[in-house]
Amino acid sequence: MARTARLRLPAWTGAGRLRGFGQAYGALAALALLVLYNVLFTRDFLSLNALYVNLTQVAPIVIVAVGMTLVIATGGIDLSVGSLMAISGALAPLIFLSQSGLLSSNAVAIPLAFVLPVLVAGMFGLFNGGLITRFGIQPIIATLVLFIAGRGIAQVLTSGQLKAFKEPAFQYIGLGRPLGIPFQVVLAALLVALAAFALRRTVFGRQVLAIGGNEAAARLAGIPVNRVKLAVYGISGLCAGVAGLIAIAITPRPIRTESG
Amino acid sequence: MTTDGDGGSQTSELRREEVDGDRGGSLLRMRGIDKSFGGVPAVRDASLEVGRTEVHALVGQNGAGKSTLIKILTGVYRRDAGEIEFDGQPVEFSSTQQAQTSGVSTIYQEINLVAMRSVSENVFLGREPRRLGALDWRQMNAETHKILGRFGLEDVDVTRPLGSLNVAVQQMVAIARAVSYDARLVIMDEPTSSLDEREVATLFDVIRALKASGVSTIFVSHRLDELYAVCDRVTVMRDGQTVADLPMSEVTKLELVAVMLGKELGEVRRSGATGFGEGAHEARDAVLEGQRLARGKMLRDASVRVGGGEIVGLAGLLGAGRTELARVLAGADEREGGELRVAGEPTDFSSPADAIKARIGYLSEDRKTFGIVPEMSVRDNLTLALLPALSRRGIVVRQDQERVVNRFIERLGIKTSGPDQPIRELSGGNQQKVLIARALALEPRLLILDEPTRGVDVGAKGEIQGLINELADDGLGVLMISSELEEITEGANRVVVMRDGRTVAELPRADVSQEAIMAAMAHGHEDEELDGAATAGANEAPPKAPEPRERDG
Repeated sequence: MARTARLRLPAWTGAGRLRGFGQAYGALAALALLVLYNVLFTRDFLSLNALYVNLTQVAPIVIVAVGMTLVIATGGIDLSVGSLMAISGALAPLIFLSQSGLLSSNAVAIPLAFVLPVLVAGMFGLFNGGLITRFGIQPIIATLVLFIAGRGIAQVLTSGQLKAFKEPAFQYIGLGRPLGIPFQVVLAALLVALAAFALRRTVFGRQVLAIGGNEAAARLAGIPVNRVKLAVYGISGLCAGVAGLIAIAITPRPIRTESG
Repeated sequence: MTTDGDGGSQTSELRREEVDGDRGGSLLRMRGIDKSFGGVPAVRDASLEVGRTEVHALVGQNGAGKSTLIKILTGVYRRDAGEIEFDGQPVEFSSTQQAQTSGVSTIYQEINLVAMRSVSENVFLGREPRRLGALDWRQMNAETHKILGRFGLEDVDVTRPLGSLNVAVQQMVAIARAVSYDARLVIMDEPTSSLDEREVATLFDVIRALKASGVSTIFVSHRLDELYAVCDRVTVMRDGQTVADLPMSEVTKLELVAVMLGKELGEVRRSGATGFGEGAHEARDAVLEGQRLARGKMLRDASVRVGGGEIVGLAGLLGAGRTELARVLAGADEREGGELRVAGEPTDFSSPADAIKARIGYLSEDRKTFGIVPEMSVRDNLTLALLPALSRRGIVVRQDQERVVNRFIERLGIKTSGPDQPIRELSGGNQQKVLIARALALEPRLLILDEPTRGVDVGAKGEIQGLINELADDGLGVLMISSELEEITEGANRVVVMRDGRTVAELPRADVSQEAIMAAMAHGHEDEELDGAATAGANEAPPKAPEPRERDG
């Protein structure tokens, strides 16, 4: 899995417009070079299948990056996303593999396996936001807590080992191909579109950008800075939760979390 | 170190004043200093002369050039022109370290020491004694103990982290560190702003002790009483120039204020210098009322009342607590004492959002730090506070937003290529107009304007003043802070004057004059003045520093 998630920042966060353009073109140029190299030297690179394989691998990262973009737009950072992915990915199989009570019925367990882990990751995101807004802890320190503790939580959940499983209804999120397109790619595209719309057109999005641009001014303009920050860390947690489900559906074994 | 005794230098000091231009024994002499930043002059032809064992005050309004001059002396900035002589030798310090080893030490307003490290580490930061390549802790601690002893701090445990000591002790440690470089000139930049009165008294004792041991001090402060309590001479800066160098004993507080503001006493009030009209506004019911408001050391006891349709001017010297009062009234800071009423009802503001809900608009004095979101467009900046009202189900309604933006661009004559232009590309005056529009878009009942025309070009200045006038005509209450006396005297219906965190005078329109305002800035009310004298007297305890104001002059 690729380790580096390239985050697209809104152009205005750059120190200047020129530099902003430079950054944008620099990344594009690097991508063009990579594609060119692979077109020339990688066999079967120019096939729909190769494209889908690439998109499939990058989709969870894109989804995490959506939440992270909001966090960074407020001037923060969320180190805990890798660990939150692990927690969500560990929790989901526990739910549908459980034989106790209502959970033994797939009609209950499968929907719950989608919803609950994501909500749990979202709650952990709110926990990050709480540390940052209520106690004024620097985001890089506050999210370091779950970056470290999150792996432990995931390990405790799985008792250190996770049985391999096969559950097509759940694994659809990672392996499904509606109209031939990998499902997680559709999901990632939807989330990117939603975030882009939110940042451009909603009050929340504009407030996120204003906080990142000048937090003191945003506060004086009556923007509920703490509430907005709490929300972005919550959203970052939710996104990490979704990404965790996809990752565990593709490879049903414990997710390595060292990548952060 | 100077070898002549304290008494001797004191008399020669006095004699020197008689013979102007020949203060041969000066420790420091700066002449014809020029410094520009990007073509904008910050200091022009400035001079500063400090005698041996002299406590020299350096005063001036915000932006007068005090700190630039200090930084040129200490090697932070390189001067464009002029000469500096220290102890009779021409010098050019290229860094604060070099200035320090040559005997010029600076103590900044913010204590720039390392809170997590021990007292002795801080005193020896950057020049730790070593033995065999390792730190010599024993020597360091012993030396520190000895140095602190000179300041009555022999009880301080030098191995404790500096941050665990109280602010006054930290300040003393900073001074001890400065002096331990064999300093002959110590520069203190607003050292008293974080101290309470008892701590100030201790600091003054230290300054006197320094003086007795042959060290001169440059003392930057905005508190007039303090200058009279401890300083021998004063240099006044204004608009980058040094405009006066006087013995403290020959200048009254009122004269000092007049020189700082650049007013001749008895100068005829020029009318029509501002964009304010002549129409006196009728005050209606009180919109906002603050009583005995207090917060921290900067805001001690301030009361103000603003009605609809009137412009209340808030005057005071730098550091008098005007901005602190404005921030409490605007919900930006929470009050620690006193009462706040909106339309007669007791109210609590826990955030600016609360004040906005009460329809109180606020323009901060610092456009860059608290006003604009530089990379966002004029549109976004203008509607920043109004967005929730311009949205349906959380989505901004473009047409509504565009209508508001265009209306204010037109009404305030904001010069911009369009709503999409980033606000940072606008001139200062137009940025300010956008921020005023941001507040006005909320349809406030009251506007608090902190220095609305600072850093604004002349044309925009008159327009903004005219706008404020119109708004008051339309029934809006305005509380206007300004350091420009013309703006206050011509714009305001009523003037409230602050001094040392307190509102000390309220002048009805009939009594408003530049002289009356300056007098209140300098002395405050009669009873307030007695207070000041009492504290000054208390600080006077050990040596009999000349009580200057009583002397003729």
